[in-house]
Amino acid sequence: MSIDTNKYRLTERNKYGRIDLIAALIGIVICIVGYMSNSEQFNFAYLIAFTFWVSLALGALFFTMLQHLTTATWSITVRRISESITVTLPWLFILFIPVFLGLDDLYLWTHADAASDPLLLPKLGFLNVTFFTIRTTIYFTIWSALAIMLRRTSLAQDRGDSEKYAAKMRTISAGGMVIYALTVSAAGFDWLMSLDPHWYSTIFGVYYFAGGFVGSLAMITGIALLLRYKGILKNEITPEHYHDLGKLMFGFIIFWAYIAFSQYLLQWYGNIPEETIWYLHRWDGVDGTTEWKSVSLILLFGHFFLPFVILIFRNVKRNFVMMSIMSIWILVIHWIDIYWLVAPTIYHHAPHISWIDIGPTLAIGGIFGWIFWRNLTAEPIVPIGDSRLENSIKFVNR
Amino acid sequence: MDKNPKVVGMLARYESAGALLKAAEKLRDSKYSKFDCHSPFPIHGMDDAMGLKRSPVGYFAGLGGTIGLSVGLGLQWWTSTVGYPLVISGKPLNSYQAFIPVAFGLTILFAALGAFAAMLIFNKMPQFWHIVFHSDQFAKFSDDGFFVSVEATDPKFDEATTRVLLESIGGTDLEVLQES
Repeated sequence: MSIDTNKYRLTERNKYGRIDLIAALIGIVICIVGYMSNSEQFNFAYLIAFTFWVSLALGALFFTMLQHLTTATWSITVRRISESITVTLPWLFILFIPVFLGLDDLYLWTHADAASDPLLLPKLGFLNVTFFTIRTTIYFTIWSALAIMLRRTSLAQDRGDSEKYAAKMRTISAGGMVIYALTVSAAGFDWLMSLDPHWYSTIFGVYYFAGGFVGSLAMITGIALLLRYKGILKNEITPEHYHDLGKLMFGFIIFWAYIAFSQYLLQWYGNIPEETIWYLHRWDGVDGTTEWKSVSLILLFGHFFLPFVILIFRNVKRNFVMMSIMSIWILVIHWIDIYWLVAPTIYHHAPHISWIDIGPTLAIGGIFGWIFWRNLTAEPIVPIGDSRLENSIKFVNR
Repeated sequence: MDKNPKVVGMLARYESAGALLKAAEKLRDSKYSKFDCHSPFPIHGMDDAMGLKRSPVGYFAGLGGTIGLSVGLGLQWWTSTVGYPLVISGKPLNSYQAFIPVAFGLTILFAALGAFAAMLIFNKMPQFWHIVFHSDQFAKFSDDGFFVSVEATDPKFDEATTRVLLESIGGTDLEVLQES
């Protein structure tokens, strides 16, 4: 290896971490004030923020495992970024506690009168507080274990024995990918789909995953570009790497739209009231006076048409400014997507974004970012022990 | 047979894929434009070595896709609202939601056809005449031969100097291609 091992350690250790910590503290203050002024509104805002940040961490976990499974070389230079995102998962489990405390406000099936609803009664064996909590604990245990195992193996690889540890990470990812698919899908059902417990869609978990993966690609790209603006990893993460990240982003923008449309088309065709009600809430509304239609259209254009026609061009994917804009835009539209899934449950007539919504997003995001920067800066910011690192740096699209 | 057969180009054989790549770079740097490389398998980096521009095929795939989308949506819209207005399962005549799978399929089909047609056109295929058809040893390109062919229509082409150039970069079995 001709690469200087000291070069890849950041000297200014926790500058962004401190900024994030301040953001988190401001967020927590807003959360407390918000909770006191309107606890129901706060609980929904918190669920939106929680599922948003968890989806990004899960997307990064998928990215890490995918690269190991395909033994991709190009992505090695960005691997530490995605690994550092995934290790927020154990901390996000602690941040689940406010959701747990707000179950009564959030989920209809926790209410005592749910048993008298003939449609809900058969579902209560699955949808009850005890089993719900056990399931969430299982999800986070599995995800945290995968994230920590992959990161520890990757760090062990820094000290040598590249092939052995690469094989180990591949093995973890192979089993992990299967469990990941099942748990993420189930988490989507639990946290988001059960907000409207009468409604069901078997593809819903995939929809939650698709949005999260696009979001985390945007996040990885955005962080790499932020480092680049600071003069870090300028020669390691080149336009070739952004080109590939852009290709994945483009592909999964289409995947998101494909899944969203697959879910919509079947329910539209079937035209069964208990299925279409979910879309009715997000289009014309039950009484025909809903403003949610505009948010649905914003998603259609902002989450699909616009990124599609922009990211299709090669020059966009290789342009730092354009990729910065697209990264930020995709993260914003992904938040709107989650908002669109959750908020119509409480605001039937119109979207209602207030200062209370800012609190949880800022608080969880701040903690998320703080942990991320702590992990990224604690170790070399590229896997220096990977024998394919040099090939990854020299990688060219052709 | 013609007494003075017309020289249409020159063919030289190279040792390996690496040698062919180097030869292509040399020809590119010597400002030759009408030359081609022939090998039994694709060689990584050959596009750059030959100084080829980026392929425009992608734009034709995009054009084909756009036409396919328009045709798909237009056909369904016309048949279900103008041509044969039948109410099916109580849905509006212009049920654009149901049109999307077919329109999507036609987008893919037309994009593929557009890319295929553009590929043929930009490769100048099918070709019934090419200088390498006048070579005896050229058939080896599909076995173990790495060849460079230079066309006589290249402004830099000169029988003597081109021969020296091709040989100086390791070319063997040099063959002057003549139209018989």
